[in-house]
Order: sequence, then structure tokens, then C-alpha cells
Amino acid sequence: MKLVRVPDRARALERREHPIARVLGVLGLLVLWEALTRTGWVPALFLPSPLGVLAAGVDMLRTGELLTHLVTSLGRILLGFGLGALGGVSVGLAVGVFSLAEAVGNPLIAATFPIPKIALLPLLILWLGIGEASKVAVIMLGVFFPMAINTYTGVRHADSQLLRAAVSFGAGRWSLIRKVMLPSALPMIFAGLKLGAGTSLLLLVAAEMIAANSGIGYLILNAQNLMETTTLMVGIVLLSLLGLVSHWLLTRLERVAIPWKRV
Amino acid sequence: MRVILQHVSHTYRGRGRQGVEALAGVTFTVEPEELVAVVGPSGCGKSTLLNMLAGLLSPTEGRVGFEGHLPSGRPPTAMVFQEFALFPWRTVQGNVEFGLEEAGVPAAERHATARRYVELAGLGGFERKYPHELSGGMRQRVGIARALAVDPAVLLMDEPFSALDAQTRQLMQEELLATWERTRKTILYVTHNIHEAVWMADRVVVLSRRPGRVLEIVPIELKRPRTEAMLGEPAFVRAVERIWALIKSQAQAALREGVA
Repeated sequence: MKLVRVPDRARALERREHPIARVLGVLGLLVLWEALTRTGWVPALFLPSPLGVLAAGVDMLRTGELLTHLVTSLGRILLGFGLGALGGVSVGLAVGVFSLAEAVGNPLIAATFPIPKIALLPLLILWLGIGEASKVAVIMLGVFFPMAINTYTGVRHADSQLLRAAVSFGAGRWSLIRKVMLPSALPMIFAGLKLGAGTSLLLLVAAEMIAANSGIGYLILNAQNLMETTTLMVGIVLLSLLGLVSHWLLTRLERVAIPWKRV
Repeated sequence: MRVILQHVSHTYRGRGRQGVEALAGVTFTVEPEELVAVVGPSGCGKSTLLNMLAGLLSPTEGRVGFEGHLPSGRPPTAMVFQEFALFPWRTVQGNVEFGLEEAGVPAAERHATARRYVELAGLGGFERKYPHELSGGMRQRVGIARALAVDPAVLLMDEPFSALDAQTRQLMQEELLATWERTRKTILYVTHNIHEAVWMADRVVVLSRRPGRVLEIVPIELKRPRTEAMLGEPAFVRAVERIWALIKSQAQAALREGVA
């Protein structure tokens, strides 16, 4: 009897990692970009070379110009992000836990959430002046909504078995919030924080472009006015670094705060 | 302390629709140090019964309660859940401490008590593990340790081993019986497994399909401590056959109705 072998069908499910391709992709783009600018086909006014941008960045770092803008922007973003996250988690918890808060809060959030927050900046400037407060406030609003909605969703999706188990051991309302609902919502809260970090960067730049004389957004817009494309690119690279660092930090924090999640 | 159920009925109120009657006029008692099993076809309101004793549901009619002396500082009941219901963000030690926390036991005493029950459950060395790092059998040991740690007058068990594989289940049943021999804790044990009920219990309460009524209370005439050899004894086989005869037509009708 001839043996009919079992065909190996697992190949359709295979998913390989390509560690070299990961690096080569980024590196290749940079080399191509550098080469393109060196040929002179693309004028540096439109597209400065990567090495040129790096040199300009180092230069601006030395003069302290870059640091001033960075510190200003960071201050706005940290304050706005912190206040927005704190407010969002508190409101989300309240709306998730208390049925009265849910009845009042849910329609309010649903009605105000779709407003693009940057559209509120003129109003905020009118109310709070053109200084720091209006910029912090717009970032705060942008972070508040994803945080409130995510926290609320996390609380409402707390496992009913766990809630019942806690109650069967005599847990009261406050214990339930602290020991079941809040930890249940933590993964959603972190997803909200990451979302909020992106939003706050966007709003920061927008606010600084509209009404500021310092900060990264101002740096970029001002460089464009002066036709200093290299400086403009330094600003953009800095923003991308800020985004990467904040995401990395939040991911690290998430691992510490949610040690029970399999990653 | 005795557990008393008198003419207990429960009707779940659906939204707008008419309610679903889960239990109808259930009456029985559980004596101190007794291990009573409740069996019945699916959807007969077995879990409803336990939930009422745990204070998670109120009876629509009738009375549910306890009679006799409850030592101060001890809760009347603690529950072991079918799907374990461990807190994924708490370690083994943290899970076992939960009930003690809610009972207001001071931290040092709480740690020591929980540690003792962790050891008793054979979980020594696993104190700092999270539930997802444990096997099903280990998780339910945590669930049982969590319930025993508060030293309840009555231990309520809601199909505690039905989520486990057959071999683990057998071992866990033996462990539970050994624990019962040692502590003589009053246990009310809900299961759909007739063999399990007969092998473990002093008496088996047989419920009908929905709405659950007591069909019969079958006393089990097997000696203690129970051994595996008893699974072949005439008294065991008779009890199993008697209960299956009571349940079979009920289960068939439930199957036809398609109730979960």
C-alpha cells in the first residue's frame, strides 16, 4: 500500500518576522531622500536633506533656541494632558458608576464630543485671553473626551461575575469602584491615554500656529514665513520624536500598571 | 446554624415581557455540618437558589434565611463560582484576602489567615502568581480558599468543578471531601452531575425543570469518609438510578423546549 502523506497546510497560517527589512525600510528611505537632494533635482528650499536637517537641529540645540520652544510646548501639553486626563477619568467613572450621572452626563458628552476642539480655540481665547490658559484649555478639552468615553466604557464592561463575586463577599459601592470597576477599566483608560497623547500633540501645534510667539507650532509656522525650510523640518522631526517618546512612555507605564495582562 | 428555605419562589422580570418563573415553592433545610447537593436539569433555578442565599437576589415569595447561632465576626455564607470569578488583577494571595478585606480584618491578621488558607489549598509557592498563570484546577483552589478564608457558616458552591476536565474534577472532589472531613463545614453544593452529587452529599435535593420544584430529597446511605471504591456499591448505584429516573423525563422536556 502506498502511503499518502498528510499535506502541510500550516504554511497558509505562517507569519514571519523580517527584522532586517524593518531597519532597511527606514534607512532606505533616508538614503534615497539624501541622494535625491544631493543630485540637485529637488531644490533645498522645497526639500532639505536629512543630514542638513540634523545639522540645523544640533545648531539650534546649541544656541538654546530649540530647548526654549520645546520647554514651552512641553509645559502646555503636560498641563493640558494631565488636567484633561484627570477630569476625563473622574467624569467617566462617575458616569459609569452612578445611574443619575449617566442619565445627565451621557447626552451631554454625546452632544459636545463631535465638536472639533480646535474650533473652540477662538472662543477660549475670548474667554481666557491669548496667553497660556487658552492653549492649555484646548488641549485639556481634546484629552478629556476620549478619556471620559474610554473610562465609561471600561467601567460599564466590568465583568458582571466579578461584580457579583465582590458583592457576595460584602463589598459596598466604594469597594466595587476601587477594587473591581477601576482595575477593569484600566486597559481602556490606557488606550484613552494613548489616543489623548496624539490628540494633544495635534491641538498643541494647531493652537501654537494660530496664536503664539513660542513653541514648536510657532517655530514651524515662523520658519515657513521666513522660507527656512530646514528649520521647519527640524520642528516636524521634533514633533515626531515627541509622539514616539510619549507612546513609548505610556506603553511602559501600562506594563507597570497592568501586570496581570498577558502581552 | 441551619439553612432554611420556605416556599421560595423567584420570578425574573424581563423588560416589558412577562416574567420568567425560575423557582416555585421550594422548601428544604440544610442542617449544620451537612453536605447537601442540589441537582436538576439545566435551567431549573439551581443557581437562583444559591444567589438568594448569598444575598445577590431576593425571593419573590417565601423566606430564605438562617436559624441558630452565628458566631460573631463570621459571615453566614461565602460562595465558590462556576467560572471561578477570580480578580485577574489580584495575585493568589490578594484574591484569598479579598473577603477578609471586606470583613474589615486588620492587615497583619489578614495576611496570615490568607497565607494559611493558601497553604491548605496546596497553593504554597504560588502566592504571587496571577490567575491567568494558573491551570483551571489551581484557579478553583484559589476560589475555594477565598471562600473558606472568611470562615463562613455555610459554604455555597455553584457547579464549582464543571468548568474543569474530568480527571481534574475527580481530584478536586476528593480534595473537597477531605476538606469537609477536616472542617465539617456546612456545604450547599449545586451541580448537574448526578454521580458527583451522590458521591459527595449526605442528601441530594432533586429539582424539576423550570420552574424548579423539589421532586424528592434523596438521602445517601454511604459511609464517611467516602472512597472511590464506593462508586461501585449498590447504595451508590441505587441512588444514582433513582435520581436519574426522576430527572430524565424532566431533562428531555427541557431539551425539547430548548431552554438554556
